[in-house]
Amino acid sequence: MRSKTALLFAMVIALHLTLLLAGFLAPCDPAAQDRNLPYAPPTRLHFVDASGWHLRPFVYRLSAGPNGYFEDKSQSFAVHWWRGGPAYRLLGIFEIKRHLFGVDKPATIALLGTDGFGRDEFSRVLSGGQISVAAGMAATLLALAAGTIFGVLAGYYGGWADESLMCATEVFLCLPWLYFLLGVRAFLPLHLSPARTFLLLTCVIGLIGWARPARLVRGIVLSARSRNYVLAARSFGGSDFYLMRRHLFLEVFGLLLTQAALLVPRYIAAEVTLSFFGLGVNEPVASWGNMLSTLQQYSVLVSYEWLLAPAAALVVTSVIYSLLADALHSRLEFRST
Amino acid sequence: MNYLGRRLIRAVFLLIGVSVLCFLFTGMAPGSFFDEMQLNPQISPETISSLRSRYGVDQPLVMRYARWVRSAMHADFGYSIAYNAPVAPLLWSRARNTLLLATAATILTWLISVPLGVWTAARSGHMLDKGVRVGSSLVVSIPEVVIAVALLAIVVRWRVLPVGGMTSADNEGLSRWVRMKDIANHILLPTIILTLAESAIIVRHLRASVLEVLGAQFVQAARGLGIGRMRLLFHHVLPAAASPAISLFGFSLAGLLSGSLLVEVVCGWPGLGPLILDATLSRDFHLVIGGIMLSALFMVGGNLFADIMLLACDPRIRTGALDAQ
Repeated sequence: MRSKTALLFAMVIALHLTLLLAGFLAPCDPAAQDRNLPYAPPTRLHFVDASGWHLRPFVYRLSAGPNGYFEDKSQSFAVHWWRGGPAYRLLGIFEIKRHLFGVDKPATIALLGTDGFGRDEFSRVLSGGQISVAAGMAATLLALAAGTIFGVLAGYYGGWADESLMCATEVFLCLPWLYFLLGVRAFLPLHLSPARTFLLLTCVIGLIGWARPARLVRGIVLSARSRNYVLAARSFGGSDFYLMRRHLFLEVFGLLLTQAALLVPRYIAAEVTLSFFGLGVNEPVASWGNMLSTLQQYSVLVSYEWLLAPAAALVVTSVIYSLLADALHSRLEFRST
Repeated sequence: MNYLGRRLIRAVFLLIGVSVLCFLFTGMAPGSFFDEMQLNPQISPETISSLRSRYGVDQPLVMRYARWVRSAMHADFGYSIAYNAPVAPLLWSRARNTLLLATAATILTWLISVPLGVWTAARSGHMLDKGVRVGSSLVVSIPEVVIAVALLAIVVRWRVLPVGGMTSADNEGLSRWVRMKDIANHILLPTIILTLAESAIIVRHLRASVLEVLGAQFVQAARGLGIGRMRLLFHHVLPAAASPAISLFGFSLAGLLSGSLLVEVVCGWPGLGPLILDATLSRDFHLVIGGIMLSALFMVGGNLFADIMLLACDPRIRTGALDAQ
């Protein structure tokens, strides 16, 4: 059990590291367009040519012909590791030109094909993942922070504070969240800079989602506040704030961790859904949602299946997180009972 | 009837709460429908300001809310600026389709998940149980957007089902029976997407509650009396395990509505979803608020229905035994 949780944690960390190092792992600039190669299929890596086997994979240059793309076999381009390329900012700070891999100039390497503007889908999945996952995490943080504060206060003080909280959460819980999310989005300006959209989006998603964690936290605090050790601490003169901070908060910590693992994929999905509808992060900034939104045209959906790559990335992220949530739930929350 | 009365009052308060919340958010909005008009040189500022005062956009929030409530009393639920018509008829023409879809999905979901939930609980540890558990946790963790897009890709690629809209293009001239078959063909894909997402949740919950009841002593006693397996499961165990499932029903309706918005947009089903999305994009506040209120109404209605069902099925509520605890 313990090793399983550790393994899942390692996978989550690996996922986040991949996204953090997106600029380094991706061979291209996610916003760079190549109008000569729209909807190019994934570049094939070759190992065999006329002279036999090669350990180092190589690619051929793609050319557009009358019957779609074909590989120009007259010249091969080796894939080089640790190679210079377009500049990017690692972790948003250091300006670097090194990439994990790449090919020489006239050829291009697009492991997951290109989209309608000839942008490299692989690079976009990575950099779009940064936006989507960051939005999910920020919204989770916001929802949990609001939920914890209100939940602890209501559970601890009881009385009218508790009752008004329960009323408020009930209203939030009975909202069909997607309708409400759309509604709230309708009240915000449509055309904003990507950074502001991102901020507003996380705020909206987080503020709608605070009700359930608040209820769960309240339940735990309600039962914990009359435990003997809390009563003892109070009798020693511990202030309300001290009790909440040192004792009650620790009681709900396991719950918060589990909820975080549950909510992150859900809020990533919320961001993806909104961007899919064209209400979230806008072009040219990539996010998994606005990448998927091109698939709303049936012709694109039928012909270019590699554009489903962000969906696959989203599935992997969600599955890892929900497995982690299950493992945390059985480890942390049933510990006391 | 005290119980039902309390629930009814609570439902009304919830709806009022939702509407207040909607208007609070409108108050925070920096822009409006008319901002786009200002960019158009053909429309004079005087026209815009007269339109603003006609639709009451220039009034303070409280006044706008009062105006909306008055309009809601007349069953108009505000006035759509983009469609230039009262909101309620607009919503109703689309809500019928959403209700049709939601009903079809609900029926299919429960038809699948009740037998599956009971069966997997009765044979816990069996291969099938393990398979269903893995499958359902996989489906639960996959976001609905992905399920919808992936299924749509499959269907469109292999041309299994017609996609887009509610009817085929040549639908008008056909006989009634053929038309119904046409609609059934079109509704199948959105129904399957919704059912897949919903039943995964319900099977898990139902399995857990049936498993709990199976450990009870009265089940042992019934087994000892020699009651047959099927009769035991569906006549004795299922009613005892039904209470959580029924309250889940209310929540599942909520999930269905939120999910159906997405599915409708993806599959092109002419329900509330595309309407609300368009209204959002054109910033048609009253239509959006009407949509939110209607979906909240469905939800509250679903919960109320679940409460009535609980009252009918759970004797502990009728006698007030649960309140005494």
